Amino acid sequence: MQALRYARPSSVEEAVALLEQGGSGARVLAGGTDVIVQARERRRDINLFVDIKALPEAMSITYDPDQGLTIGAAAPCYQIARHEAVRSHYPCLVDSASLIGGIAIQGRASLGGNLCNASPAADGIPSLIVLAAEAGIAGPGGRRTLPVEDFCTGPGTNALAPGEFLVSLRLPPPHPDSGAAFQRFIPRGEMDIAVANAASQLRFDDGRVRWARVAIGAVAPTPLLVADAAQALVGDPLSDVTIAAAAAAARADARPIEDMRGSIKQRKHLAAVLTERSLRAAADRARGV
Amino acid sequence: MVTADKKHRVVGTRPIRHDGTDKVTGRAAYGADLRLPDMLIGRVKRSPLAHARIKRIDASKALALPGVQAVITSADLPNPADRVVPFGEGSSDLKDLARNVLAADKVLYEGHAVAAVCATDAHIAEDALDLIEVEYEPLPVVLDVREAMLPAAPILHDGLRTKEVGGEKGDQPSNVASHLQLKLGDTEAGFREADLVIEREFETKMVHQGYVEPQNGAAFWNRDGRLEIWTSTQGSFVARDQIAALLDLPVSKVRVTPMEIGGGFGGKIPVYLEPLAALLSRKTGKPVKMTMTRDEVFRATGPTSGTYIRVKIGAKQDGAIVAAQAYLAFEAGAFPGSPVWAASRCVFTAYDVPHQLIDGYDVVVNKPKVAAYRAPGAPTAAFAAESVIDELAQRLEMDPLDLRIKNAAKQGSRRADGATHGVIGNDEVLLAAQDSPHYRSELQGENRGRGVAHGFWFNIGLESSASASVNADGTVSLVLGSTDIGGTRVSIAMQLAETLGIAAEDVAPQVVDTDSVGFTFVTGGSRTAFAGGWAAYEVGMDLRRQLIERAAKIWEVQPEQVEYADDGVLRGPPGDDGAPRAITFRDLAAKLPKTGGMVVGRADVNPKTSGPTFATHIVDVEVDPDTGKVQILRYTAVQDAGTAIHPAYVEGQMQGGAAQGVGWALNEEYRYDDQGRMENPTFLDYRMPTALDLPMIETIIVEVPNPGHPYGVRGVGEVPIVPPLAAVAAAIHDATGVRFNTLPISPAAILDKLLPDGD
Amino acid sequence: MTDPIVIGATINGEATQFLASERDSLLEALRDRVGLIGTKEGCNNGNCGACTVILDGRIVCSCLVMAPEVAGSTITTIEGIATADALHPIQQAFLQDAALQCGICTPGFIVAAKALLDQNSAPTEDDVRLWLAGNLCRCTGYDKIVQAVLHAAANMRG
Repeated sequence: MQALRYARPSSVEEAVALLEQGGSGARVLAGGTDVIVQARERRRDINLFVDIKALPEAMSITYDPDQGLTIGAAAPCYQIARHEAVRSHYPCLVDSASLIGGIAIQGRASLGGNLCNASPAADGIPSLIVLAAEAGIAGPGGRRTLPVEDFCTGPGTNALAPGEFLVSLRLPPPHPDSGAAFQRFIPRGEMDIAVANAASQLRFDDGRVRWARVAIGAVAPTPLLVADAAQALVGDPLSDVTIAAAAAAARADARPIEDMRGSIKQRKHLAAVLTERSLRAAADRARGV
Repeated sequence: MVTADKKHRVVGTRPIRHDGTDKVTGRAAYGADLRLPDMLIGRVKRSPLAHARIKRIDASKALALPGVQAVITSADLPNPADRVVPFGEGSSDLKDLARNVLAADKVLYEGHAVAAVCATDAHIAEDALDLIEVEYEPLPVVLDVREAMLPAAPILHDGLRTKEVGGEKGDQPSNVASHLQLKLGDTEAGFREADLVIEREFETKMVHQGYVEPQNGAAFWNRDGRLEIWTSTQGSFVARDQIAALLDLPVSKVRVTPMEIGGGFGGKIPVYLEPLAALLSRKTGKPVKMTMTRDEVFRATGPTSGTYIRVKIGAKQDGAIVAAQAYLAFEAGAFPGSPVWAASRCVFTAYDVPHQLIDGYDVVVNKPKVAAYRAPGAPTAAFAAESVIDELAQRLEMDPLDLRIKNAAKQGSRRADGATHGVIGNDEVLLAAQDSPHYRSELQGENRGRGVAHGFWFNIGLESSASASVNADGTVSLVLGSTDIGGTRVSIAMQLAETLGIAAEDVAPQVVDTDSVGFTFVTGGSRTAFAGGWAAYEVGMDLRRQLIERAAKIWEVQPEQVEYADDGVLRGPPGDDGAPRAITFRDLAAKLPKTGGMVVGRADVNPKTSGPTFATHIVDVEVDPDTGKVQILRYTAVQDAGTAIHPAYVEGQMQGGAAQGVGWALNEEYRYDDQGRMENPTFLDYRMPTALDLPMIETIIVEVPNPGHPYGVRGVGEVPIVPPLAAVAAAIHDATGVRFNTLPISPAAILDKLLPDGD
Repeated sequence: MTDPIVIGATINGEATQFLASERDSLLEALRDRVGLIGTKEGCNNGNCGACTVILDGRIVCSCLVMAPEVAGSTITTIEGIATADALHPIQQAFLQDAALQCGICTPGFIVAAKALLDQNSAPTEDDVRLWLAGNLCRCTGYDKIVQAVLHAAANMRG
């Protein structure tokens, strides 16, 4: 572990001030499951941890039928996965929050941290993208929001400016005839980084897909929103043909690398397979099965 | 369980292990748990390059860091003599051992130790690593065993000459350290007799034992010249001998205290940190403790070999195997010493094959020097041989177990290594597998398949010592030299209890340091319950003799008139009152203090051979054709234990070996980039099986007692890792129709075969 | 070098104060500052579960918690599982079922299993395997560990 200091601000303003003063060596500490390992392995030059878990806004999970869901950036996955409103209205988030790491990791890891860490293989980000989540950001210039699909800028890099940090994630209320689901593939049963993953949201109107979002992960420098997949689905009833077209679109957008976690051939194939599986699961949820 | 006839009182029962409470409450002290007053923490500076000449090491900045106490390099090690030191399941050239512990002129693998530093706390020691400057001249690397054998390959050791069959040395520098050959009959003639000949090539990657406890070692070099070592080791005496040789000390100056050990599987036989801690302690006059990080464990301890194997087997139409040939090339890592010799001794040994030719090559590459790993060499050899046998069965339209039963080696069968099989349980194991509920069940469902494979391991004997003192309360304190890696305190104590006719709970086993018991070889080679138990039996017999003498003295009769019965009761001739004299062990123990004092038994044994053993595994899998994922649906392990002393721990060995084999088959591998940098040195990316990846593992213990042991024990620890690689491959073939001859059979590998090209 | 800081937490039921470096992990603090060596280091990056402790009611990898974070928290380690006079039923079951071989992963498994049984008194085999998937054991193949947890649950239900 490199030499570093620890600070636990009690207000958003104090956190911003600490991050601003700390410069590039200051890092937000939420669940710590990524950033502590990075500091230990000296992969990034970190000299200050700014623990945001004393900020109520960063820890709370609130749901309002009109406003939707707000999740504090540091709220741990297990709280998200067992939150009543999340379970009934955003099961796709439960998919992600209960798959990240293992049980002990979920006791600490947060979806906000998963987003900020900006891993191409993050298991939370595709779900946040298809659920049209917005990142609530605080910084020296005040507050701003950013669509989640624009948050990651590359492997391990994000759109936060110096002194800024992610405070919360805001998700719109789900449409009644909609469903969303997340799928990932790992070689073991647990405790692996996704070889590929995919999430889908479908909104139906009179038997036809009215609106759709498909996102895939671990197949590009950042998780991808696959616009062509949505286009292949919208306007028609969901069928094997439209699902195959959406899967083909996901596969076409995938531009994976070959590494120890998977081959290019495998990842492109999985992008299609998991897109299809997530679409079928999303449709089941929309139908209430 | 297929049980033996002999009835025992203690052997075959399942008492709670004596060290259990300490291990479930967190009180057991492993190497990293050691705390000594004034203790310093040491760390190792390692090479980032896989092959390079060391131009310069400058530790001045590190030494200037407040808290840093000392730095050592290979210059601090005594110049090693060119001699061979025996250790563990093999031996090592002392120079190689020294060069592995601290690189001298060259680094030969990524992670190779170049210096060590100690400081007043762990953070400072870690900070100091970055301040030790090492300048390298990079050299070309060679990572693959076949490439390393090519004449144009980069040479690791300029002085290395191939030791050819017959002992002559080659005249050119080579990465091939040795070529060995085993021969039986005339394979050319044998293959001519065959109706069907199948020849296949196999490749496996370097894999790690994966013990959860990282290597550690602590040392205090006292000013009187005595060196104290504390370490988690599989053999405290073998560690002592290596340390003494490396530091050029008489063994009497070195005392090794074995700490509890968190897994080893062969990997904790060589020393890595202990000599460095010793040198740092000598420089500082303080105790120094060192532990590895997980990253260091992967990069710089001894995994087992990646291999290239070619197997050719010929059979008659009726299934009789007439000839078998194997070419085995094993990566030794940076220094010679792969287990290719053991692989060669095992590859066809489960079968009675009249004509055999086996060629083995020990090849150095720019990877860590391999160490033993559970039945070293046998699993990959069996992967190759058993896969070809599975294909033979398929082509001959025979049940794969029928084919093996037809060819199974029996008592008197000749082996390629020149030995002849004695009393073995080969047939019994295969028949028990065939008769198992699993094998008799029908496997249904799409994308599912069943595989079987069979395996042999020879097991070893060698030195074990023990002593025991009888306490007046009727218990016995048993002193052992074997470190307890998986329940051997209890299985050895049970054999003493059996001998004395007392309860296992009345024996208190203790593992002690090298000054407190006689030489005891490593906990490895499946030898500990065998040889350690034999020593305990001899201790028991020694105590029985002394207790007979004492009873005779008390009763004023001749010792020959006293009998020590297996129920722990001593009986003598009738006394004056005409009633037969009898006294229990417990009652006699109470009388010892006032009838001449306590008694102590001692023994050392050195059996040259052990009881070889066999295992058959059956596995059902389901393969997801869309993702290539393999799910293990059902698994059964069948094995001859000779006599199962503590059946629960025998089952545990069978289950653990099967689980390691499944990991080896499906996901585990060392992945290197082309510069020899390991890409996956974490448990995250090395992908050992988790609890979710395995079903319950059914076990069937067969007992064909080993006539060469007082209780019929055969080693049980190693053979269960021999069949799983081939069994899983056979099951995947059954499910997909594709033969996978390269490990691991990962989802990527499966998809690669199942998907059309260009997909 | 920075000065050590004082951290107060309730550890195994005792209000405890200890000095730690700001760069200590909870694992390092427990082992090196508090002296509770039962919590083991297997990988130091959250992938083996040997360092599992219960932090404010949830299992965590103590190597992935910074020591200063636990100020004011409640922590249970392996040393806090048994009472003064009796082993916990999970510990008893591990002994009875021979669910340990080398024993290095055992504290982590027992702590994790306790947290499971605290919230689910009748887990299925799948529940147990999923809950324990973050704890690596290389010796047992998990069979006897899973059996022991199921047996302990049954014994605790009575």
